[in-house]
Amino acid sequence: MANVAAVEGGDDQALGDRAVDDWALVTEDPLPVADALAWAVLPACGAIVTFCGTVRDHSDGRDGVVALDYECYPEHATARLAAVAASARERWSGIGRTAILHRVGELAVSEVSVVVVVSAPHRAEAFDAARYCIDTVKRTVPIWKRETWASGSGWAECSHDLRDPSDAAR
Amino acid sequence: MARVRLFGPARDEAGTGRDEIDGDDVAAVLDAACERYGPGFADVLRSSAVWLNGEEAPGDRRVMPGDELAVLPPVSGG
Repeated sequence: MANVAAVEGGDDQALGDRAVDDWALVTEDPLPVADALAWAVLPACGAIVTFCGTVRDHSDGRDGVVALDYECYPEHATARLAAVAASARERWSGIGRTAILHRVGELAVSEVSVVVVVSAPHRAEAFDAARYCIDTVKRTVPIWKRETWASGSGWAECSHDLRDPSDAAR
Repeated sequence: MARVRLFGPARDEAGTGRDEIDGDDVAAVLDAACERYGPGFADVLRSSAVWLNGEEAPGDRRVMPGDELAVLPPVSGG
C-alpha cells in the first residue's frame, strides 16, 4: 500500500506572489528527507527547521525494541497530515513551506518514521511551527504503532485520544 | 448495512480489519459489533473515536447503506 498525495496550498493575498505550499505524504517507502528539505527552500525564508522522528530501541517498560509496525487509516491519514499543515499556517501566517511526511509499515530501529520540515522568514516561527506540527500529528492523525521488543509485542502504550486538528491543544 | 473498519487494538480484538454490520444508527452498529466481537472489543471501543464516512459521529447518527463506520483507538503516530 502506498498512499501518496501532494497538496498545494492556495494563494494568500497577504503573501503576494510568494509560493505557499503544503506537502503531506504517507508512504511505506523510506521518507525523502533531503527532498523535503530542498523543496522547502524559498528566497524569502531565512530559516528551515527539519524534525525527524526515528525508531527508538526502547519505550516505557519495553527494553530491546527491535521493530515498529505502523498501521494507518489510509483513506484519511494523508488528509489529516495536510490538515495539520493548514492549521499551522493559520497560526503562523509567515510560514513559507511545510512538509509533513509519515512512514507506515514495518520499520527497524533508527529508521525515520516521521519528518516535519517548515521554512519561514525567521527561525522563531520555523521552530514553533515545526514543534506544533509534530505535536499535533501525534494527536490527530489515524496512525497506530505496534512495538516488537525482546520479550513480546503490543500496541504502543503512549497514545492519545484522536482529536481534530482544528481543536487539538498544543 | 454499514461497512465497518477496525484499526490497531480494535482490529486485534475483532480479529478482522473490515466487516459489514447491520444497524440503523451508529450506536446500533456498535452494539452489534460488541456482541459479535466480545468484551475485549467493547473495552477498546470505550476509549475509541468513531467516525462515519471520515467524520466523528454521535451514536444517534443515521447509518445509510454503504456508509463507512470506523473504530479508531487512541493514536500513536510519530
